[in-house]
Amino acid sequence: MDKDVPRAMHDLGGAPKFMCEPVDVEPHALTDFDREVDAIRQILGMKKVMGVDELRRGIEAIPEADYHRLSYYQRWIRSITDNLLVRGVITEAELRAALAAEK
Amino acid sequence: MNILETESDRLLTAVRALLTGKGILTQEEISERIAVTDKGSPAQGARMVARAWTDPAFRARMLADGAAAAEEMGIMMRGLPPLGVLENTAKVHHLVVCTLCSCYPRGVLGYPPFWFKSAAYRARAVRDPRGLVGEWGTVIPDNVKLRVVDSTADYRWMVLPMRPAGTKGWTAEQLAAIVREGDMIGVTVPHA
Amino acid sequence: MLAPGQKVRVKLDWPETRGPCHIRTPHYLRGELGMVVRHLGNRPLYHIAFDLAGVWHEGESGDEILVELYEHWLEPA
Repeated sequence: MDKDVPRAMHDLGGAPKFMCEPVDVEPHALTDFDREVDAIRQILGMKKVMGVDELRRGIEAIPEADYHRLSYYQRWIRSITDNLLVRGVITEAELRAALAAEK
Repeated sequence: MNILETESDRLLTAVRALLTGKGILTQEEISERIAVTDKGSPAQGARMVARAWTDPAFRARMLADGAAAAEEMGIMMRGLPPLGVLENTAKVHHLVVCTLCSCYPRGVLGYPPFWFKSAAYRARAVRDPRGLVGEWGTVIPDNVKLRVVDSTADYRWMVLPMRPAGTKGWTAEQLAAIVREGDMIGVTVPHA
Repeated sequence: MLAPGQKVRVKLDWPETRGPCHIRTPHYLRGELGMVVRHLGNRPLYHIAFDLAGVWHEGESGDEILVELYEHWLEPA
């Protein structure tokens, strides 16, 4: 059956793995982290540095195990970082230095 | 380097420092954007629904062009994706999902709720919608068609629910107060 | 241009099996038969309706799935 053809891991419509999973209908407050990641994405969009399609592509490129382990906005910050690197807005060396500076 | 190995909080701190250091954005812009985005909430969509229930001409405009109708009510929609409005009737009940990511009508409803973004919701909505809305205790009668709208491309969608019984003579404010976030996505229906 | 009421079939293609790609036509719709409901906006984008029970070969509900699809993924049926 065609439905057995492997699917991209973000393409979840009808995915058997999740059909029996209950939905957590409780409200979950956004954290400061969530809000800031969301805001940065919006600003980068408004300034034409990175748009929604680039965000989606970056998220879709996350390996499956990590995709499901990471929270929604954790996936966003990874996609944003990946896009900034790929686009040359920041370099790997700069990112490593910035991370080291946090210690 | 492997970004996936790096903790998200640290990535955010580093990205913020690099972007502000390069003058691509400022801390003030981030704070301002957070404040503006925080103002978004389902109450905005609820005001549109309440007006549509009491003003047939507005209802028609809302169904024809959701973003323009939102702007009429003072909701800023410029730069946002087009907004489609799905009208529930006695024969059709709509349920909105984005199976591929989590596209949500943020302009009129604010941040998407946790459940809307979950794998369970995204997987089940297009395959077992009646079972799914049952998680909220919602039962759609057998003689009502359930139409699942998968936001796959450029549009964002909100549901215009049916006005419930027992609300005759209510003001727009009273009506808006009974319209919840879930009613405008289709997992619940409003009650008086 | 596709007309409302026209029957269409989603292409039976699986580009994601050939490498990373960014597509907005969900896996569950490939090769499925649908009906054009309306053209959307000013791009080659349509709202296409699918019979839910027909897509999943489960149940007999009469429910429907309405999806935004780009013209290049659709063939007349």
